[in-house]
Amino acid sequence: MLEFIQTLVSGIAVGSSYALMGLAMVLIYKTSEVVNFAQGEMALLTSFLTYMVLEYHGFPFYAAFPLALVFAAFLGFFLEFAVLRRAKEPNILGMIIITIGLEMILMGLVSWKFGADPKTMPFPLSPYDSVQLGSVFVSALEVLNFGVALAVMLILFVFLRYSKLGVAMKATQQNNMAARLMGIRTNRILMITWGISSVVGCLAGLLLSPMTMQPYMMWDPMLKGFAGAVMGGMTSLPGSVFGAYLIGIIENLFGLYVSIEFKSVVAFAVIVLVLCIRPSGLFARHYVKKV
Amino acid sequence: MATLLEIKNIETFYGLIYALRGVSLTVEEGTITAIMGNNGAGKSTILKTVMGLLEDQPDKGTIEFMGKRIDGKDTEVIVRLGISYVPEGREVFEELSVRENLMMGAYIRRDRSGIKEDRERVYAYFPILKDREAQWAGTLSGGEQQMLAIGRALMNRPELLFLDEPSLGLSPILVKEIFSIIRTINREGVSILLVEQNARMALAISDMGLILENGRFVMKGKSRELMEDRDVKEFYMGIRSEESAKGFQRWKRKKRWR
Repeated sequence: MLEFIQTLVSGIAVGSSYALMGLAMVLIYKTSEVVNFAQGEMALLTSFLTYMVLEYHGFPFYAAFPLALVFAAFLGFFLEFAVLRRAKEPNILGMIIITIGLEMILMGLVSWKFGADPKTMPFPLSPYDSVQLGSVFVSALEVLNFGVALAVMLILFVFLRYSKLGVAMKATQQNNMAARLMGIRTNRILMITWGISSVVGCLAGLLLSPMTMQPYMMWDPMLKGFAGAVMGGMTSLPGSVFGAYLIGIIENLFGLYVSIEFKSVVAFAVIVLVLCIRPSGLFARHYVKKV
Repeated sequence: MATLLEIKNIETFYGLIYALRGVSLTVEEGTITAIMGNNGAGKSTILKTVMGLLEDQPDKGTIEFMGKRIDGKDTEVIVRLGISYVPEGREVFEELSVRENLMMGAYIRRDRSGIKEDRERVYAYFPILKDREAQWAGTLSGGEQQMLAIGRALMNRPELLFLDEPSLGLSPILVKEIFSIIRTINREGVSILLVEQNARMALAISDMGLILENGRFVMKGKSRELMEDRDVKEFYMGIRSEESAKGFQRWKRKKRWR
């Protein structure tokens, strides 16, 4: 029983980073219907640059981490402005291919600059510290991860619900032409979305990097986050979070009781199953157009 | 009366289709101007061209709003100058609440108290919207959506309001209601350019009327005079003036002006 709870808890912990990646992808998908496969590598680049300033240039933590977030935002702005907006006669598929290209470029850049050997990010919390909750042990880093994910969700919820910019983001996604007729600069909205999403993804990257850092580290969390988002319907923020946690828990339980080798694969089997039963995802509450 | 909008000889292409073939018109301050015509005549195209919604159009000609050239400008800029457009088919934000839709209408404004005042004014025009305030706009009926679209367009306090087929798909009673409100809005100082297939309604509330066929204006005049015009009556209001079948010869009246 204890083993079960312990697995559950670590499932939730790993689910937090999936959830952050999922949220980041859903944000971009919601405004432009583009699945951003470069999401993980954007976070990767930010994490490695943070590692660089911490390790080689002696920046203190309190300066490096906020700087990383600012850099992530600008990276998002830049990629949208300089790459995606330049696409001639854009269609969704073309845009997705562009993000895959970006993913490869960014990953190539990181492996070229920093090499493929694993590193660990210096971090105020050691991944080996742990907190005891009842009779279950959780690492302090996992607790932090969970807390950050929770805070991000809360902030995004309030932002999209109550702020004028947040509502304008939703409006742009629902009806681009009407949004322009309201005087909303839809290009700018898209750019801001990329910035916000890049920051959210970057948080996931920074929280994963104390464990291990190598150029492939974001691929798996990103795919799992994407999978969680698909499960939640791809347009629902709470849905993507729920899906991500579900995947984290299921793969850990599967690893415990069935087979540790197939742990990573089971997540995708679950998605196939869910999408067969509810093709629009568990949480999609898209208003169906009356014709 | 000052001229608010002046369109001079614009030509617009939809890809290879020559949609507007040299259209000129003016909208005077404080008036309602109506553009009528059949399907595909190019009525909506005029409005879309002015709003800058068609990329790289107009191909030729100039558009001036309050003395400033606006052709070739971005939609977002034109809206900020004081033109609001209620698009054909409503185009409300379906998954935003009625209140949020109105909030987006006032997106370019910063004065909170003024926005609130205008929202109350919209609710006074259309009380049903107040009851539906928290509902998603997509769940409203067609008529309510049309009201919301008009209300949303009024939220940025336009000088000039474009209405594209406000009667589309609405019951006759609703059409009457909406047209009487359009009248009220105009009396409170908003100039209106109205595009409408329903010539009878449009002529009843407008000051000036223009008739468009195949991308060209074929008639222009005071609405009261157009209403009495034989051709307009026959072709656009469906009043027949043909001889009965008993007669020996039936003359088909020429329908197109070139």
